Parts: sequence; structure tokens; C-alpha cells
Amino acid sequence: MTDFMQQPLTVAAETAPAWLAQVLERGRQQWRDSALPNRKTEAWKYNNLQALQQPFVAVDRHAAPQLGNIRYPQLPGSTLVFADGLYREELSKIDLPAGARLLRFSEADEASAAHIAERLGSAINRSQHRFAALNEATLTDGVFLQVDANTVLEQPVHLVWLTSGQMEAVSVNQRLLVQLGANSQASVVETFSNANTGGTAFTNGISELLLGEGARLDHYRLQLEQGESAHIGGVHAAIDANSTLNSFHLALGSRLKRIDLVVEHRGQGAHCELNGIYLPRGEEQVDYHTCIEHAVPHCTSSETFRGIVSDEACAIFNGRIHIHPNAQKTRAELSNKNLLTSNRAEVNTKPELEIYADDVQCAHGATVAQMDPLTLHYLRTRGVPKDEAEVMISYGFINELVDGVRNKALRDYLKPLLARRFARNDKLTRHILEEESLEQESLEGGHE
Amino acid sequence: MLKIDNLHARVDDKDILKGLNLAIKPGEVHAIMGPNGSGKSTLGHVLAGRPGYAVTAGSATLLGQDILDMETEERAHLGLFLAYQYPVEIPGVSNMEFLKASVDAVREARGQEAISSVDFMKQARECCKTVDLDQSFLKRGVNEGFSGGEKKRNELMQMMLLEPKLCIMDETDSGLDIDALQVVANGVNAMRNAERSFILVTHYQRLLNYIEPDYVHVLAGGRIIKSGDKSLALELEEKGYAWLEDAA
Repeated sequence: MTDFMQQPLTVAAETAPAWLAQVLERGRQQWRDSALPNRKTEAWKYNNLQALQQPFVAVDRHAAPQLGNIRYPQLPGSTLVFADGLYREELSKIDLPAGARLLRFSEADEASAAHIAERLGSAINRSQHRFAALNEATLTDGVFLQVDANTVLEQPVHLVWLTSGQMEAVSVNQRLLVQLGANSQASVVETFSNANTGGTAFTNGISELLLGEGARLDHYRLQLEQGESAHIGGVHAAIDANSTLNSFHLALGSRLKRIDLVVEHRGQGAHCELNGIYLPRGEEQVDYHTCIEHAVPHCTSSETFRGIVSDEACAIFNGRIHIHPNAQKTRAELSNKNLLTSNRAEVNTKPELEIYADDVQCAHGATVAQMDPLTLHYLRTRGVPKDEAEVMISYGFINELVDGVRNKALRDYLKPLLARRFARNDKLTRHILEEESLEQESLEGGHE
Repeated sequence: MLKIDNLHARVDDKDILKGLNLAIKPGEVHAIMGPNGSGKSTLGHVLAGRPGYAVTAGSATLLGQDILDMETEERAHLGLFLAYQYPVEIPGVSNMEFLKASVDAVREARGQEAISSVDFMKQARECCKTVDLDQSFLKRGVNEGFSGGEKKRNELMQMMLLEPKLCIMDETDSGLDIDALQVVANGVNAMRNAERSFILVTHYQRLLNYIEPDYVHVLAGGRIIKSGDKSLALELEEKGYAWLEDAA
């Protein structure tokens, strides 16, 4: 095994809470026994792992990095902020009703520790996900959210993971475990962001979502890191009977983002909706590997990913739907559409259906296209300048997914952030951003 | 208003317009009829500057300005409007956003004062009523999932909001039922004034019962081979085009 993570592995072994020792050990073994993937590894063949050629170091536990103006949304409800992997109490707040607990692994008492240890990693196939094994091998802290049966969280729980860029080659471990009891409801937002200048960081982030019967989770994972940073990780969810998981993903580019999303339906009547947007540009690379495991009958899944790839950037989308032999009456759909805005932009997309049951409905489709010249022309015949028309069409390509974000505060944050990504100045986004006020006006005016 | 001299244009290496001449004065309505493939739609697209439509000779001026070297949006700012035969669907861009962006761009280029969102929505709602489209269409994606008739009414709504000088209506009547045709005709007639001109490209004399033209032209083989008043349309309805093409 390459030793680019040698120092963080050693530091974790020395500093992790004692109750995590077994978790670390199983992670270490799996990581040690497997080779780093390369171009010949099918699931990694498009990834450029050049970013991992340098040795990374864990940040000093007593450091307090300056954060400057790192962007992340301000949301109502509870927020936990971590900078370079370290908890920042002064930026955090916990506001939860009875029946819900939010705690860090490092502060867990004996009972909580035992509870967490029993469940941690239960939704992860470590032999298939080497970087999830690495995550366990370097685990020193993490976040546990538990919601009791029949409890409803009205406000989101926001987890913010920042990298400061104040040190070179920082390794950051992020871990989240969410456990929703039967018929409970919650909304969880994960935001990853960084300073857009300064040293490089490698974030290895793993989130596990365990949904009990009839539970409902609205989950958002925003990967806003820019520049030279690398992020390899993903989300592993296990959803029980009649539960609903809505999971939204956004990746702006950075040197490397490789995100694996795995959802396993474990009880009949479970439903999962997986949506995502990726917008790499420059020489950035974004890779979403999704896998829906339909292990039981009568479940549904719906997956929509849209990407706009610019300059010399590269996007990879691999959408696997695996329908097990007894998973009859499954309904699964997958759509991936890509817009390339430059001749050198690259996208590799592969829907992958593996169906072993005979009474199922599955639909999948993937498209790669350039901006339609006739659409652009049509807008220009109405007087809209070319540069604004291009921004409107680009944003229009992902608009449906942004509008689908249920949390209004988050939607209000994302809309200008994403619209401005396509525009040189605010004049070009004004009509996109004005739309909501026009709509408001139309509602009020409609009652004249 | 519009002056076209000896216009030649090709599409995909095929010559379509072969020396077309046309002069339109302010306030006039000209109908252009002609057999399939004669270049009627091409004329509108060439004037609007559609990519792939290359002018190989001749000139076209709108209000005294050479438009063939202008960007498409500049032609719109000057006052050219082309109502499409097949309007484009743009999912993800709402009709409202599209209309406001168009109106703002055109007003700004014409040196008119910017319109507030309150006033704009008031106008847009009135236009919806005039063209008989439910207001919910303002929130939908541009032409997305609209029926043929709804798309044509949406074109008319854009035309009303943009207040162009020259409106080219490319087979706006095709695919419309009688009621929708009446709505479109009423909309056009309400916009007629001494400063605004129209080109109606159509296959059917029926439209001209609702919108009375000052002139009727027959376009065949890329040129106008006959011009006359509205009685020409009736004659065409009766005899077809063959007698003219033979004579030409």
C-alpha cells in the first residue's frame, strides 16, 4: 500500500478514543490489504489520482486555523462547523427538540459509544469501498445524529466541513452517522467548502444514513470545494420498509472529486430519490458513482443527475441499478444528461442496469450534448444578448433540480451561487434571479 | 420600412433565394404565398440571421439600416420580429424570465426607460388575456409541452410585448383551429398601425379573410414572380400556382 497517508494513520492510532480501536483496526487491515486503484481498476479508470502522489499530514489537534470568508450557507436549526477536521464551537449551535441527539464521537459517553460502535459501518461494503476503509483507519472524531421514533425535526441539521488552506497537504477525515427511528423525519445538510487559495487538502468523507421503518430523510450534500483540493468519499444509506430518502448532491469542481453514493433498500415499500448537479470547469474533475441496491421487492428509486462541463474539465457519471433476484415489482429510473460547453470538455457516462428479477420496471437514459444553436438563436431573435442567452440556457439545464430543493433557505442560497457560476457579471443573471419576485408579483396580481 | 434588393441566400450549400426583391412601407401588410420549398420560410430566417443561412448576394435594409451584417439581437432591437412556424422549446427557462429578459433588452437598446416588475407583470397578464392563454403559462418553461396552438399564441404574446416595427409571421395560421385563428387575427389587427408593417407567410387564403393584406406576393423558385392585391389570393385559391410558375 502506498504510504501517502502514513502520518495520518499513525496519528489516528495514537489519538482516537479507545472505543474506536476496533473500527480503526478493521479499517487499517482492509486498507493495507488492498492496492490503491489505478487506471486498470474498472471503477476508477477515468480518475486521475495524481493529486494523491504527495504525503498528507493530519492537522495538529491544537491548531485553530483562520477561516476568512469561506462560503457556506447560513441555515436555521442546528449547525456544527469543523475546520481542518477540528470542531469549532464558536461557529456552531445546537437547537434540537426532545427525541433527537447530535453529538461528536469524541464526546460520547460509554452508552453512546457502544451504540455508535455497533452501527458504524453497518451500511458499508468495505471490500468494495477502499476509501471508506481508509476513513475508518484514520477516524478520530465524527458526528452522530439520532432521531427517536415518531420525532419530527422541523429545522435542518447542518454539518459544515471546511478546509482552511493554511497548511500544505492536510488530510481531513469526515464521518457522519445518521440514525432515524421509525416514522421519524429529519433534514440533514452537509456542506464541504474551502478557502480558494492556499495549501492543498485531501478530504476523505463518509456519511452513513440509516433509515428506520417509515422514516423520511431529506439529505443534501454540497461539495463546494474549489482549487487544488481533493475529495474522495461518499454516502452509504440503508433504508428500511416504507422509508423515504431524498438525497440531493452538488459538486462544483476542484482538482479531484470522487463521490460514491450507495443506497440499499432493506425493506419493502422503501423509496429513494437521488438527484445531483456537477459543474466542473478549468481542469477540474468530478466523478459520481451511484449504486442503488434493490435487495427486496416493492421498492422504488428515481435518479436524476445533470452536468455542465466546461473548458478542459472532466466529468464521470456511473449509475448502477442492481435488482436482486427476489426484488420483484421494483420500479427504478435513472436519467443523466450532460451539456458540454467546450470542445475539450469530457464526460464519461455509463448507466449500468443489472436485473435479476423478471417483474420489474426500469428506465434509464444518458445524453451528452452541446448547447443547441437554434435555442440560442431563438432567444437572440427576441433581443436577448448572446452572452445572457447562454447563461439562461446553462442555468435552465439544471434549474429543475435546483427548484426541486425543498429547503427554501438552501434553495435561496444555491440559486444565485449556481446562476453566477455561468456569468461574468450580475447583469447576465438578473432575469434568472428576478424570476421568483415576478412569480410573487404574479400571485398577488392574480387576485386583483 | 423594409427594402430587399436582389437577395440570394443558400442553406446547406443549396441556393434557396435567387434574386428576391421586396419593398414594404410603414403600415403595410404584405402576404407571401407560394408552393412548398419556394423559400418563404427561408426569407424570414435570413432576415433574422439564423445560423446556417448564408446570404450570397443582395441587400436588405430595415428603417434604412443594413441588417444583414447585424447580430440577430441587434435586428430585434431595431424592430424586427419573426414569429416562428415551429417555436423552440426551452425547458428550465420560464416564460416569464424569457419575456422579461427580452423586453428589458429591447427597451434598453431603444433607449426606453426600464420597466418595473409590477408593470411588466401587469402587461404580461393583459397579453395573456388577449391571446387567450392561461396565466399559468407564464410560469412554465418556454413553449415546453405547449400544444401547437399555444405555441403560436405565445409567439403573438412576445410580439405584443416587444412592440416591433416589422413583424414576420411564418405560417402562424398552420395548425390552428378556427377559434385560435380568430384570436391570433384579432391580436394582429389590434397591433396594426401606421408605423408598423407585417409580412404574413401563409399557404391559405383563409387567414387573409381575417387579416386583410395590402399586397399579396407569390414566391416561387426563390423569387417573387407575381404581386397583386388581395384578389390575387382568391385567384390562387382557385387556380393553384402552376399557371404562374409556367408563365415565369
